[in-house]
Amino acid sequence: MDSKREQNLVIKGGTLLDALSGEQSRADIRIRDGKIAELGSNLPDDGDFVYDASDRLISMGWMDMHVHFREPGHEHKETINTGCKAAAFGGFTAVACMPNTDPPVHTRDVVEFIVKRGRETPVDVYPIACVSRDRAGKSLAEMADLKAGGAVAFSDDGSPVYDGGLMRHALEYASMLERPVINHMEELSLNVGGQMHEGAVSTRLGLAGIPGLAEEVMIARDILIAEFTGGPVHVAHISTARAVELVRNGKARGIPVTAEVCAHHFSLTDSEIERHAFDTHLKMHPPLRPASDVEAMKEGLKDGTIDAICTDHAPHASFEKEVEFIAAPFGILGLETAWGLIGRELIRPRVLSVVNAVAKITVAPRKILHIPLPELTPGNAANLTIFDAETTWIFEERHIHSKSRNTPFVGAEMVGKAHAIYNRGYLVQNLV
Amino acid sequence: MNVTQTDQQINTRLAHDHLLGLEGYSSEEIELVLSTARRFREVLYRPIRKVPTLRGITVVNLFFEASTRTRISFELAEKRLSADTVNFSTSGSSVLKGETLKDTVQNIEAMKIDMVVVRHRSPGAAHFLTQCVSSTIINAGDGAHEHPTQALLDLLTISDRFGYVEGLNVTIIGDIMHSRVARSNIHGLTTLGANITLCGPPSLLPVEVESLTDRDNVHVTSNLDEALEGCDVAMALRIQLERQGSNRLPSLREYHEQFGIKMSNMNQHKDLVIMHPGPVNRGVELASEVVDHERAVILDQVTNGVAVRMAILFLLSGHADVDQT
Repeated sequence: MDSKREQNLVIKGGTLLDALSGEQSRADIRIRDGKIAELGSNLPDDGDFVYDASDRLISMGWMDMHVHFREPGHEHKETINTGCKAAAFGGFTAVACMPNTDPPVHTRDVVEFIVKRGRETPVDVYPIACVSRDRAGKSLAEMADLKAGGAVAFSDDGSPVYDGGLMRHALEYASMLERPVINHMEELSLNVGGQMHEGAVSTRLGLAGIPGLAEEVMIARDILIAEFTGGPVHVAHISTARAVELVRNGKARGIPVTAEVCAHHFSLTDSEIERHAFDTHLKMHPPLRPASDVEAMKEGLKDGTIDAICTDHAPHASFEKEVEFIAAPFGILGLETAWGLIGRELIRPRVLSVVNAVAKITVAPRKILHIPLPELTPGNAANLTIFDAETTWIFEERHIHSKSRNTPFVGAEMVGKAHAIYNRGYLVQNLV
Repeated sequence: MNVTQTDQQINTRLAHDHLLGLEGYSSEEIELVLSTARRFREVLYRPIRKVPTLRGITVVNLFFEASTRTRISFELAEKRLSADTVNFSTSGSSVLKGETLKDTVQNIEAMKIDMVVVRHRSPGAAHFLTQCVSSTIINAGDGAHEHPTQALLDLLTISDRFGYVEGLNVTIIGDIMHSRVARSNIHGLTTLGANITLCGPPSLLPVEVESLTDRDNVHVTSNLDEALEGCDVAMALRIQLERQGSNRLPSLREYHEQFGIKMSNMNQHKDLVIMHPGPVNRGVELASEVVDHERAVILDQVTNGVAVRMAILFLLSGHADVDQT
């Protein structure tokens, strides 16, 4: 990966994809002082650096609204710097990072620390702050102050906001702040030591199961609380067919609920754990689900029930994953493989068009988080992704830019490739 | 189902390098283990109960979970075959020291060993060890996944009692959800052609329980009378006493009422054979009189356990090409 400061350049020969309108047009882009100066055909290079984007698509920069960058506290897994390298490789110019760090992102100084660290990279890093103090689920964190420090949403991700009363007040307060509460949907009493989806495969392997019910019960509760309070709730990493149905019904009734799905939840089923004999790189939360749920993810994306695609990029060190299954932590990398999986599972089989797929990682997350859209119009800061949706390639270990290695996709086919991002005056080219 | 004596290739070699589970073991392989175990069992009745078969082979018994019976059975099997044995028993001491399972087993292997017998509470732990070390791995129980030597000793006991396994009706009763004994037996019994009934309270039956086998000769019920109808062998599973606290069972008393095998069952089913993997909770899975009943073969199972483990150790040791004693 080649990252360099390039305030002035011309991107020539690319096709611009407007994720809002769906329109495509051939145009060169001139960037001056990091801003889009001019769009047009056959722009002269004027001595500036020229990026050849022939046969490539260009959209506003992609955003992953659910990542774990582990800093502060767990820098042996990932840092904001290494996480941003993974993001840039994957084509993302923006991420929203979850607050289950150590200390958790429950005070303004931690929010500001993350914002500051993010500014040292070519990627926009938006902190999501805790709903509760110490992420303990007991009392509200200072949400207005956290927002003032730069928080774009509130979540106790890793854990649910379990207390219904706390969730009610969090949503009331969040509606004043015009920011969503993102809940990790899990009714804890329905998941007793679960290691994988509870179904035929867990039954055969003898692993304690996590029933889809645990997710669905919590989503049902939160949709009702969102209806009651009017506060916007965002369903983190949705993974079951019934959960999609609940969100679909909620949206139809006009309740402020949105949802995201991780790329692995529409790409893999729980049977992989049996096929790969307890591979801990297939252990994540929510767990991989059966084929019927995977199909429901695609349906939900297609009909708009699921707004956004995310990764839940969750790095863990090799020594932490190289253990017996029940001792392994939950979570896998996602940023480097997201677009290749979107291409393989959604675009090539025509579940989504290219522009609809791009909208799920550009417009949708920013709308949910109230982040201005970096449209490709003169005057805007240049924030864009250069990519294609057809290149077939094999994901290899050398493609991993995260500090950790915990992905089940080494050796897997990817369809579509992010070639470069431009953001904040940096051109980051993916040369492998 | 019997292995033909003409085919010596099949007859003396297992297709597997390890015993991680009975899933995937063919009927020929299982029959080979049973016939080998019968020959080794004879050693147990000699005046000097020892043969030099595994002299020079070092076996480590790695028990991360409390076990008395299985550990002693393996250890005796190893000693009867003249293997050198080392025991590593802990219910978490290496974990307390912060050492991973991988590090523990790699350190032990660095001391130069040949075979590892492992019990661990994580499903897949035995399989995981095959990725960490090059020793032969024998699974002595991995969580609720498999306990293959238990199923093999059960198959030997059944096979000797009836003279065959195919077509027998075997009922497994109790906590199917948490039972590695049930899973291994389901694989072994269906591979040898037995019909299986699974019986237990719905709160202890795993979801999609019928997916435990790809064969269709498995029947599931929560009614003990129904489960014992036409049954040749009833295999009662041990109830872990702590299950009471998990709300999966109201009480052991009620469990015995609903699912315990009582003298009335024995009197009603005159040919019913009773098995139990031990240790028995008298008055819970089995009425105390049933434990001591002449049709309870629980102690035969224990004896067969040593013989079956001798057979597995021998067959996986790499010495199986050399003629045995």
